[in-house]
Amino acid sequence: MRRTGFLSFCHLLLRAIPSGTTGIGLVLVITSVAVSQTRNPLAGNPKAAKAGEFEFRINCALCHGLGARGGGRGPDLTRAHKRHGDSDGEMFRNISQGIPGTVMPANGTNGQGVGMTDEEIWQIVTYLRSIQAKAPPKSFGNAVHGKELFYGDANCSGCHMVAGKGGRVGPDLSSVGSGRTVENLIESVRNPSRRLAWGLTEPTKEFPQEYETVTVTDPDGQEIKGVTLNEDAFSLQMMDTAGNLHLFEKDKLRSIKKSRESLMPKYESSTLSDQDLHDIIAFLVSAGQK
Amino acid sequence: MNSASKSIRDKFVVSVIWLFLCGWGSGANAQVTEQRLLNSGKEPQNWLMYSGDYAGRRFSGLDQVNAGNVHSLVAKWVFQTGATGKFETTPLEVDGVLYATGQDDRVFALDARTGRPIWLNQYQLPGDIRPCCGRVNRGVAILGDKLFLATLDAHLLALDAKSGNVLWDVATADYTKGYSYTLAPLIVNNSVIVGVSGGEYGIRGFIDAYDPDTGKRKWRFNTVPGPDEAGHETWEAESWKIGGAPAWMTGTYDPVTDQLFWPTGNPSPSNRGEGRAGDNLYSNTLLCLNPETGKLNWYFQFTKHDEHDWDATQVPIMIDLGDKHLIAQANRNGFFYVLDRKTGKLMSASAYGKTTWSNGKDSEGRPVATKESSPTLKGHTVCPGALGTTNWMSPSFDVQTGLFYVSARDQCDIFSTAPQPYEAGHAYYGSAYFPSDEAEPYVGALRAIDPQSGQVKWEFSHPSPTWSGVLSTAGGLVFTGDAEGNFIALDAASGKPLWHFQMGGAVYASPMAFAVDGKEYIAIAAGSSLYAFGLP
Repeated sequence: MRRTGFLSFCHLLLRAIPSGTTGIGLVLVITSVAVSQTRNPLAGNPKAAKAGEFEFRINCALCHGLGARGGGRGPDLTRAHKRHGDSDGEMFRNISQGIPGTVMPANGTNGQGVGMTDEEIWQIVTYLRSIQAKAPPKSFGNAVHGKELFYGDANCSGCHMVAGKGGRVGPDLSSVGSGRTVENLIESVRNPSRRLAWGLTEPTKEFPQEYETVTVTDPDGQEIKGVTLNEDAFSLQMMDTAGNLHLFEKDKLRSIKKSRESLMPKYESSTLSDQDLHDIIAFLVSAGQK
Repeated sequence: MNSASKSIRDKFVVSVIWLFLCGWGSGANAQVTEQRLLNSGKEPQNWLMYSGDYAGRRFSGLDQVNAGNVHSLVAKWVFQTGATGKFETTPLEVDGVLYATGQDDRVFALDARTGRPIWLNQYQLPGDIRPCCGRVNRGVAILGDKLFLATLDAHLLALDAKSGNVLWDVATADYTKGYSYTLAPLIVNNSVIVGVSGGEYGIRGFIDAYDPDTGKRKWRFNTVPGPDEAGHETWEAESWKIGGAPAWMTGTYDPVTDQLFWPTGNPSPSNRGEGRAGDNLYSNTLLCLNPETGKLNWYFQFTKHDEHDWDATQVPIMIDLGDKHLIAQANRNGFFYVLDRKTGKLMSASAYGKTTWSNGKDSEGRPVATKESSPTLKGHTVCPGALGTTNWMSPSFDVQTGLFYVSARDQCDIFSTAPQPYEAGHAYYGSAYFPSDEAEPYVGALRAIDPQSGQVKWEFSHPSPTWSGVLSTAGGLVFTGDAEGNFIALDAASGKPLWHFQMGGAVYASPMAFAVDGKEYIAIAAGSSLYAFGLP
């Protein structure tokens, strides 16, 4: 259904209203039309779900992965609970209009697909419903203990913030629990250099930051190591490991070395047991749901 | 009055007005005759067509701004469109007036010295247009005192250059089926030439010529041949009806041989070959047409039976090397092709970026795809990705250095099939593509290619790939923009950066140059603004 189609539908409906109908009746009819937009007209239709799967591949898989299980920067959409709304209408709205404050773009503006019709968006909602987990994931860790580790022995908070508390050299992890799959989170801890934080959404940044490691030698010969906040061909904005900002013109620096080796240490199971890691992730997942 | 005598009358009228105005020296009111278009190189102070000249070189003969003084270049004015979305225009500049287009098919005329608007015309688009890649427009063409605008709802308009008033407006195709225009038209031999967009919607592509006085169509070249046309046999069953092969970038023209060169885009669906077995002519092809009749002289297909969305719509540039009359294209598929422009014979094809799709050449020397490069349901990686090694951003050929400059991108994509039924007006890809998040970061660079050897002579790296085109000038300079918002001047011979300015918005446009009152300006669109730079 295209928007124009919807409008002409309203028009027909209004013409069909008997002339004796009161103004209140008219308001009621219009309200019911608006409400019907929040309900998926294709709900449970397997053909629509199949079409939605291919629309999803073309328009959404870039961030959310081929099977909607989440990618480097888009959340797992097979979860029953979706941070920005679980209802059909909310999902439709999020796809159609995007989600302000996140990298989720409005329909047709991500430079990837060509923009979908309303019908195609409903097909995607139908598809997502068809692959949605039937029950919330079983908690496999102790979030309370995870929080203690995060701010204590595991020393995550030296570099990462959750809900305004912690360091800032690494990504803010307040919402990472809802934005990434558990597998992805485990991998980020066990092998942080495999995938840097590719375009991770943070409310304070409207551009992707990869947290690439950078080491510069300043004009005085001092070596500074940290993460890239942003850069262009001529300037570099970085944060050193102590959390200080440094702003450079590249041609004034004696050297710039960039590395895809993350500053985050590799947490092997000898340093952080599987159980402790699960507890930390349970903490992040619970924080991400808030 | 028959059309021949009308044409003679019009030409007479144009000539009289031209003489009259030249006599008075009233530059701002001069008309743009065909003669002026043919001799555009003789008036480097003006930018009379999309690529600056018929050869497509995007080279300015101005040298006031040069390698010695470019470090002092400053912004002279900024014009804000107030619109959002990609701003892809290349302005025209004629005798002190600058004509440009913006998002949503708005057109404006500016005082080229100050950037002050003279008139604005906002075309009214229907609410249900379906442009594939943004509500963009790349510019207008000019002939006489008319501007020509091709719109996102597949209309062609003539506007009065002095007032912006609409002189005529014709619908050329059904936009509800996905037909649209994004390109700047080209004027050749008293015809307005346009090529259609819509390769993502299963259109049947075409190149059209229109009468500039009336908007009446003179000819149409179907880029997907019908049952009675040569090349029809390269399509399976009925697939030709929705075969794509759009022609969405401005072509070039050789006045010596009177040949029109126009490149075409992907077959539809863009990323799925099943159902359209065959070479799929004339998708991803350089067409050489007779501009009077639209008849085909020769063609060269770069990517046969394309499954990666590698439109061959990049501006083809005419290059003369000694007695060799060539036409060169840095193609989206990662190869730099040089053809003989009289015959279409391939002279060379050399990779200028990261490619994995081809490991051999056919008997003509054309790179051929490996079987393994086809998209699969599970998805696998192919280089370049769907955005290509380059895209629609203009390259430039510098007659002084003999180098061909192109904005390149080294990015690989995962191509995964997503079969869809064709439905008129709906997106029709047949495949998904996306970058692997395990891949190295994408690399972007301005590359200078020697057309004789096909080798990259120098490159200037961008932190991320750019959508900016390139301008070269007689001042020994190359200008380009980047995704981070910089406008950059480089030494044309060495690639050394000499100057830059942070414009605050990503560049999705190609720069141009002009001069007014003896002062040279370089202009480029960035963010939602048009910038003009000059010496202090």
